[in-house]
Amino acid sequence: MTGLLGIAPLSREELEQILHRSRDFQTPSNEPSPRTESLRGKLVVNVFFEPSTRTRVSFEIAAKRLGADVVSITASGSSVSKGESLVDTLNTLGAMRPHAIVMRHQASGAPHFLARHLPTPIINAGDGQHEHPTQALLDARTILDHRDSLENLRVVIIGDLAHSRVARSNIHLLSKFGAEIILCGPSPLLPAGMADLAPGVRIERDVPRAIHGADVIMMLRVQLERQHESNFSATEYFQFYGLRLEHLALASDNVLVMHPGPINRGREIASEVADSTRSVILNQVENGVAVRMAVLERYSR
Amino acid sequence: MSSMRIDNGRVIDPASGFDQTASVFLRDGIVAGIGVEAPPNFPEDAQRLDATGLVVAPGFVDLHAHLREPGFDHAESLETGGLAAAAGGFTTVCCMPDTKPVNDNPAITRYIIERARDAAVHVRPIGAISKGMLGEDVAAIGSMREAGAVAISDDGAPVMNARLMRRAMELASDFGMPVITDCEDDNLSRGGVMHEGLTSLRMGLRGIPALAEDLMTFRDIELARTTGAQLHIAHLSTAKSLEFVKRAREEGMRVTCEVCVHHLALSDEHVQYDGNYKIKPPLRSTTDMEALRTGIQEGVISAIATDHQPHAGSDKMQEFDQCPFGILGFETAFALSLETLYHQKLVTLPQLLALFTCGPAQVLGLTSGTLREGALADLVLLDINRWWQYDVNQSFSKSRNSPFHGRYFQGRVLTTIVEGDVVWQSP
Repeated sequence: MTGLLGIAPLSREELEQILHRSRDFQTPSNEPSPRTESLRGKLVVNVFFEPSTRTRVSFEIAAKRLGADVVSITASGSSVSKGESLVDTLNTLGAMRPHAIVMRHQASGAPHFLARHLPTPIINAGDGQHEHPTQALLDARTILDHRDSLENLRVVIIGDLAHSRVARSNIHLLSKFGAEIILCGPSPLLPAGMADLAPGVRIERDVPRAIHGADVIMMLRVQLERQHESNFSATEYFQFYGLRLEHLALASDNVLVMHPGPINRGREIASEVADSTRSVILNQVENGVAVRMAVLERYSR
Repeated sequence: MSSMRIDNGRVIDPASGFDQTASVFLRDGIVAGIGVEAPPNFPEDAQRLDATGLVVAPGFVDLHAHLREPGFDHAESLETGGLAAAAGGFTTVCCMPDTKPVNDNPAITRYIIERARDAAVHVRPIGAISKGMLGEDVAAIGSMREAGAVAISDDGAPVMNARLMRRAMELASDFGMPVITDCEDDNLSRGGVMHEGLTSLRMGLRGIPALAEDLMTFRDIELARTTGAQLHIAHLSTAKSLEFVKRAREEGMRVTCEVCVHHLALSDEHVQYDGNYKIKPPLRSTTDMEALRTGIQEGVISAIATDHQPHAGSDKMQEFDQCPFGILGFETAFALSLETLYHQKLVTLPQLLALFTCGPAQVLGLTSGTLREGALADLVLLDINRWWQYDVNQSFSKSRNSPFHGRYFQGRVLTTIVEGDVVWQSP
């Protein structure tokens, strides 16, 4: 299997290599962004079947900084909206002989389906509720910018885990590096079985207890569009699972607060927390480009 | 008037317990006798088939198939489905009513029977429980019975309304019509695409909990107890539902169940976003799979069914979330059962054959599934050790949705005979 479909199948060594390489692509302040010509003459096609701003733009910038030609297609602007099947769309794209296809799709496993039918390396930019590997990589890069190692870090992931591809990818990655992973959320959004997804994972339903001594708090967006039923009123959700300033006192002194964005202020995270000195949310966005450069460089044909 | 004798085979007729090397004598489409000696007046010039090294058994009976005609002829027809069935050793196929129009009245029942006269195998239609399979009004159960329907079922659209199911069972009981239920609580399963468990959580796919099946199995058994209806549970797939059936049978109720061979052979871990593994009920946990195998050994399960569900061309070539449920079954069911049960030494050959012959026949009171004298000359010749590779592109079915394409199997149906005529001969 070529390409990057998920974190779960990767070894710790492969992940370390990507994270290490991405450091070369980080932008030092007041300096021009690092560029290479390693993908010069190559074509990267971004296909986004689901709306996305930051991930799509981040992949575009990454491809350009590597010297690649890049084309982005969104579902609403392509023949997908004319009822063309996924297979037909992809055969069409395949005929353009891209060196990599970056794909986001609302169906879990859509990139795997594509990878079975196309020789082109597929880079998963988020598939349904399954995985979002580059998000987990950029989250790890962000943590490692502030900490020496992921090993034995206590990481709390709070929110709608069942519907979150970000959570799944992060759980796999953090587990491979030996972190202690605490999942926190209401049962309908966090089935008990998720504790068995990877070694080192446990579930804590109470937010203050979950956060106690945490080195990293990852908040997840409430994914209203993925829930087939409404399980929680917004007020009740924020009351019991929202992250507020007073929670931070329970965590370790230099706790990092992360969020994959886009943020619903007051829905899952209080504005004061999102904007606090503990928040590394904007570092995450910045690292997105560096990590995606490392990924595109590694996996393009 | 034609006659045929099949010599030197190991003749197994599970219905009568017959299992020895013998000849089978067929005359005018009827079994004239089994044994060493030809029956009186059996023609000397009868056609001879040499079955040395082969097993001779009754033709298989499938209680659960979707033949798609009328209405979905692009996916399958009575002709193509019949040929695929014959190639799998089936000589009698009961077809579900989810056609277009739905088989919910005697006119459609008669139409299917009429159209199936030219089919390679016997086709026995199953009528709907509710009109249009909409779960609102009871279908014409008595007149479908008279027209030739062998059971009623809303397979694929489980009857959520317990009151309607009760009324249907009362009428079915009055008319002596078996009720086949597809046990699934639609509120619990809606939106689900695979078995709910660690694998579905890992894959980020919506789950169909075992609970959705178990609640309905329990409900339908209790409704059958109340109404006195004869109940047959279609494609039972969970350990818990099996327990319910086992208990009901121990209590002497007329409750039977079938399992699909894919539920005996595959678990949810085989689902790799490949639409050819998207089935309802879904491939369950290995615990469920093991429980079904034990249920086979213990005799709780009466039949192995195919749930043959053809889907046309590109329908399965979609995102896992989008593609329809169901897979082809006829051509691989017996070979896969041999591999899973017989070659693994979980059952004897007569035990396995019973699940394909007299077991299902007895569920619906059909006269087929046996080689006793006077029975229709429906039989199969099997080479239970021969290796072969399944190529779905060579299938007689119009559709190609099989997870077993390219797989090697040990054991093959070599010849299928329906009413004395060879309808399938393996290459």
